[in-house]
Amino acid sequence: MTSPLLSLSGLTKAYPGVVANDTVSLAIGFGEIHALLGENGAGKSTLVKMIYGLVKPDSGVMKMRGEDFAPIDPRAARAAGVGMVFQHFSLFDALSVAENIALGMEAPPPMATLANRISEVSENYGLPLSPDRTVGDLSAGERQRVEIIRCLLQDPKLLIMDEPTSVLTPQEVEILFETLRKLKAEGTAILYISHKLEEIRALCDAATILRGGKNVGTCVPRDTSAREMAELMVGSTLATPKGTAHATGDVMLSVTGLSAASPSAFGMALKDISFEVQAGEVLGIGGVAGNGQDELLGVLSGELPSTPGMVQFRGRDLSGIGPEARRGLGVLAAPEERLGHAAAPDMSLTENAMLTGMAREELSKGGMLNWTRARSFAERIIADFDVRTPGPHNAARSLSGGNLQKFVIGREVLQRPEVLVVNQPTWGVDAAAAADIRQALLDLAAGGAALVIISQDLDELMEISDRFAALNEGRLSAPVPTAGLDVEQIGLMLGGAHGMEVAHV
Amino acid sequence: MIRLEKRPQPSAAMSWATPLLAVVATMIFGGVLFAVLGKDPIEAILTIFWEPLFGEFSFFYRPQLLIKGAPLVLIAIGLALGFKAGIWNIGAEGQYIVGAIFGAGVGLAFYPAESVFIFPLMIVAGALGGCFWALIPGFLKVRFGTNEILVSLMLVYVAEQLLASMSLGLLKNPEGFGFPGSRNLQQYPSAHNAEIIAGTGMHWGVVAALIAVIFAYVLLTRHRLGFAIRVTGEAPRAAKFGGVNPARLVLFCLGMSGLLAGLAGMFEVSGPSGQISIDFNVGYGFTAIIVAFLGRLIPLGILFAGLLMSLSYIGGDIAQSQLGLPAAAIQVFQGMLLFFLLALDVLTNYRLRFGTAEVA
Repeated sequence: MTSPLLSLSGLTKAYPGVVANDTVSLAIGFGEIHALLGENGAGKSTLVKMIYGLVKPDSGVMKMRGEDFAPIDPRAARAAGVGMVFQHFSLFDALSVAENIALGMEAPPPMATLANRISEVSENYGLPLSPDRTVGDLSAGERQRVEIIRCLLQDPKLLIMDEPTSVLTPQEVEILFETLRKLKAEGTAILYISHKLEEIRALCDAATILRGGKNVGTCVPRDTSAREMAELMVGSTLATPKGTAHATGDVMLSVTGLSAASPSAFGMALKDISFEVQAGEVLGIGGVAGNGQDELLGVLSGELPSTPGMVQFRGRDLSGIGPEARRGLGVLAAPEERLGHAAAPDMSLTENAMLTGMAREELSKGGMLNWTRARSFAERIIADFDVRTPGPHNAARSLSGGNLQKFVIGREVLQRPEVLVVNQPTWGVDAAAAADIRQALLDLAAGGAALVIISQDLDELMEISDRFAALNEGRLSAPVPTAGLDVEQIGLMLGGAHGMEVAHV
Repeated sequence: MIRLEKRPQPSAAMSWATPLLAVVATMIFGGVLFAVLGKDPIEAILTIFWEPLFGEFSFFYRPQLLIKGAPLVLIAIGLALGFKAGIWNIGAEGQYIVGAIFGAGVGLAFYPAESVFIFPLMIVAGALGGCFWALIPGFLKVRFGTNEILVSLMLVYVAEQLLASMSLGLLKNPEGFGFPGSRNLQQYPSAHNAEIIAGTGMHWGVVAALIAVIFAYVLLTRHRLGFAIRVTGEAPRAAKFGGVNPARLVLFCLGMSGLLAGLAGMFEVSGPSGQISIDFNVGYGFTAIIVAFLGRLIPLGILFAGLLMSLSYIGGDIAQSQLGLPAAAIQVFQGMLLFFLLALDVLTNYRLRFGTAEVA
């Protein structure tokens, strides 16, 4: 290996008001798994977009196998052997696997040939997937396989993977890693973007760390601790969230035999879910996306109907009580989807503060709205949760994902909930902000609130929850104390073992 | 190459400027159209926009401005409430007709008695009539998930049949020598929506339109119901999460827009038109859709848009009679206005960039 497969030197890309990449250099050898680390906004996406031909650098040189490489569009990048698996899948639910793959190809072969090739590739790389299945019926892990196979069919020399494991169970992660190692053995290089440092330590040969658009260091992940890498990313030492809460024994929220249909065709119905949460306690609910998380949050927030008696707050039946009235009682929620569900994208932060703060913050009186109070509530959220924005008049969509997440969580936390249900509290949020959010949640529990945290980030759940339960196919396993749980047990719970069936992986 | 770049947030300046730009673009392209038809474009544009306000016969046209503008504004205000929430009442024309029938019906029921209570009763009846007609698609949507666009539109044709039947049957003037149409309410003082100040065109419908503008402004900016409407239009899931009951909102928006359309019909039949007749409706309900969008769905904007639209109608009529412009050309001209308005709307959320393409 004399010259690296891909080398970047002095890449710079500026957008109005921000330098996304500032003289970034990077080299990836044949068969190397190279991690790209950095907080949100560190410039990882811009960098890979340049490699994939989506963005043109302002200056700097890219070389592929020693030759100049300047793809003008993704098609050129693909022709040069670069494949990319995005964090968000671009698949059509109503089409089959093979049809979806054909749609992404320049000149798709006949469907039968394509189906054969898909089966072939999926077998070779240990990615079980049937070409005839409808994508809408696939799990997130299987959908990701579709995207990976779509790339592999083009026989890439360099595969870029953006946060590939955020939607996978531990077992699915293992399968993915086997595939990646196999690709590596064949000489394919992989540029791997992830926040999960332990995974990077297990998988990657080298790592490049970006902060504020600049290259701040490289390391060999195997020889570097996760904490050291995190601190390189953040540029300062990290505080681990600490909880002082103890369950008091008062049952705040109880769910008994909850079954509810999903409002959407590709949703997941909830089946016979039961749990209790006490004051001062954090119940963590893990599970792979699409197993009923949205539906569970909807039923608890009051957006979806439930049968009388199934959901109770301090012994009081909540069926027939809408989201607004539940907030009045003290039952609050923060949904996963920030834009469009937790917040209205084109409305200002003041208006979004009004959205859920109306009752508890006394922002309206006799139906008339008090915008002055709403504005100061929004300002309080911005100040207390360190939301980076010029001011509360800014539209929600102008905030970065992490900042909007801080706003959404802050909005609910500051209303002093007695029960708070959160779905994906730190999704897409960088390490420092995630630690702040978790600390705020733990403080809330310490103040006597009962928390239900739904998350796909198992490390997060292990860190902040007192008890853990897994959501699988709309069923919830019996909650168990978090202390003493190991990855193997969690994996089995997520896979739907529940002590009844064996996980199929 | 020109390309569009999404703004981080909608431009407030552009949302005010685009209607004006649309008017200017319409004048330019309309001028070209008139020139191609062999007319002097400057003269044609002046005839449409200048003549009604400041021309020789403006004493006649100016009151017309209010008479034609009032129903447009009244209806458009109601429609805008629904449109803002993504609830599409396309059938205001039908609600306008039914409001007129109810209003006139109540008035004629008292004929020839005179009382100060008759006109207020007619107002209530007209409002209820329009409201009732609009709640039909409302209930069907809430109960069965039907499409309110189709149902409200189809009910326009039902209302037109009802109007014809009323003109020929139940409400037909017994002393009308067999001609279709009801008694003329202008000749029935208790039921007549007369001008408040003679010669100005200022009748009770104009007053109602102004009240509706203020009411809608307060509702949308200060009241939780208006907030619910806006959030629902921006992000329905967020609205539901915030506690908005979508079914109730559908009923409110449709009911309110029907109520205002019904009022418009009632004020028209008891005032400028005077009687229920087969050709009573002239398309205010449809034009109001344009007015609502031209006014950016903002109450004050709708007020100006209604007056502008009314001006273009009156001016269009003058241009037809004085310059011999074909009616179709005038309609194309009015169509251009909506087209440019919707097309330029993109500038509120996007800005133009000149240069090479790049995907960010």
